[in-house]
Amino acid sequence: MLSVVDLSKTFNPGSVNERLALSGVSLELEPGDVVTVIGGNGAGKSTLLNMVAGVFPPDEGKISIDGQRIEMFPEHVRASYIGRVFQDPMMGTAASMSIEENLAMALKRGGKRKLLRGIKRNDRDFFREKLSLLGLGLENRLTTRVGLLSGGQRQALTLLMATLVTPKLLLLDEHTAALDPNTGQKVLDLTEKIIANNNLTTLMVTHNMEDALRIGNRTIMMHDGNIILDISGSKRENTTIPDLLEMFRKASGREMANDRMLLAN
Amino acid sequence: MSASVWLGVLEQGLLWGVMVLGVYITFRVLDFPDLTVDGSFTLGAAVAARFIFEGYDPWLGTALALVCGVMAGCVTGFLNTKLRIAPLLSGILMMIALYSINLRVMGSKSMLSLLRMDTIYTDVTHLGVSANLAVVTLGLAAVVLTCYLLYTFLQTEIGLALRATGDNEQMIRSLGVNTNTSKIMGLALGNGLVALSGALVAQYQSFSDVGMGIGMIVVGLASVIVGEVLFGTKTLLRTLIAVVIGSIVYRAVIALVMRMGLPTTDLKLFTAALVILAMSSPIIKEKFSARQARGKESGESAISGRP
Ligand SMILES: Nc1ncnc2c1ncn2[C@@H]1O[C@H](COP(=O)(O)OP(=O)(O)OP(=O)(O)O)[C@@H](O)[C@H]1O
Ligand SMILES: [Mg+2]
Repeated sequence: MLSVVDLSKTFNPGSVNERLALSGVSLELEPGDVVTVIGGNGAGKSTLLNMVAGVFPPDEGKISIDGQRIEMFPEHVRASYIGRVFQDPMMGTAASMSIEENLAMALKRGGKRKLLRGIKRNDRDFFREKLSLLGLGLENRLTTRVGLLSGGQRQALTLLMATLVTPKLLLLDEHTAALDPNTGQKVLDLTEKIIANNNLTTLMVTHNMEDALRIGNRTIMMHDGNIILDISGSKRENTTIPDLLEMFRKASGREMANDRMLLAN
Repeated sequence: MSASVWLGVLEQGLLWGVMVLGVYITFRVLDFPDLTVDGSFTLGAAVAARFIFEGYDPWLGTALALVCGVMAGCVTGFLNTKLRIAPLLSGILMMIALYSINLRVMGSKSMLSLLRMDTIYTDVTHLGVSANLAVVTLGLAAVVLTCYLLYTFLQTEIGLALRATGDNEQMIRSLGVNTNTSKIMGLALGNGLVALSGALVAQYQSFSDVGMGIGMIVVGLASVIVGEVLFGTKTLLRTLIAVVIGSIVYRAVIALVMRMGLPTTDLKLFTAALVILAMSSPIIKEKFSARQARGKESGESAISGRP
């Protein structure tokens, strides 16, 4: 489904700020794979997702989705395959526009935009139906400006927008990290529900080890721009959080010096 | 003030109101501080004036002015999106370039008089509109039509993408919109309206002057902000009407301070001060209310919703 081959990226090459973010990463995803991605700060998790989404061009390597090479496509072209939810709840929605306008734009992902009315007659019923699945009462607030919603509400809306037109690939980058634990859990439950209902192929970055092992069918660990661990099936089922930490120590020769990751809330 | 002064205020408010709507598109909708406006306003005036001066149809000249403004906006957009020049600098470069272009358009004269020539205003008097209401009639028609078209356009699929580009570029790109195209389109639209306004104004005052656009961006901002503050931004339609009313209020204020003895040469200083005051008002308000309600949290954090 998603195939990443020997992907490399160095930021600010040749300057004092030179940073190797990805060094020859390869990754194959089967259709329906839900892969959680863990790793310390600066490991390259976000960079991997950004490269797949087309935020930066790769230095080297190939990316394809369903056999279609996409690494030379700009971000807005790749958007027809990919749904994204960002870490920052402010990032995924347009604050000055209403809920229905945001959803109408999401409904056009991958389609051609024309001089037609942005919100059509039947759209509103469809939006209400989809919003009611979130269970946040947003279905009665179609014309509310998104800027007036809470971070959790905005993140749930972003999740709905990313999947309103079923994407081939869903990219989630610590999308619950900025929310309080309660709200984060709710958004995560919604995420699981939406992924399951649509059978979405997903890459989900998380710093919560418990979630990383519980959600999805496969877990990869990144360190210094490499994938240092890739577990699935029974091997994954028998892995515990202390195991993960031990694997990290062995593979990287370091302690997982990141207390964020130890907090399994 | 006499009725004729009020009529003048209304006329100017409407004609410059088209420019203000253009500034609203670039500055507010697209969130692009576009200084091209100073040049494209004059461009519109120069193109229409030269066209009329040469004896051609004033309506055609006005339409041509709009087209030229659109092209100027496209160039600014090209500088910014394709050549990656910062928004402010792209606008300044275009503004400077247009200064020379405008002189060329006017035949290397710094002023082109249209006295006793046929303009769109004299044209409608032939249709039976009384001479002293011709400007208001056409100004109102232009503003209403522009507001209606903008209101409709900004709710189309493309219009929504344009608004989202100004609001959250990353988000709308991840929904499949080429934000470079959106920006060029917004700048073209905004500057087209500004140039149209220039053409309307040149025919109104019966001349075009190479310096008539200087400070136009500040006048536009002043009008947008005054309108938004006085009439609010609850809905899109309301905001569009608000900025036009802002333009009229701005002209009324100018007429008033000039009556009170402000020399014409100080007008730009006054306008700049007005904009500074309006733009800093949130900070002033914040300081003021912070002193009033010491220790109380401001509403900001509740609205932004960040936990
Ligand atoms: N736009 C950028 N410009 C320059 N350097 C960058 C950029 N984005 C990431 N980097 C660098 O690339 C490396 C990998 O960063 P990345 O954001 O992918 O890490 P991460 O695994 O997502 O970490 P975190 O858990 O902190 O989010 C880091 O050293 C980072 O400083
Ligand atoms: Mg990250």
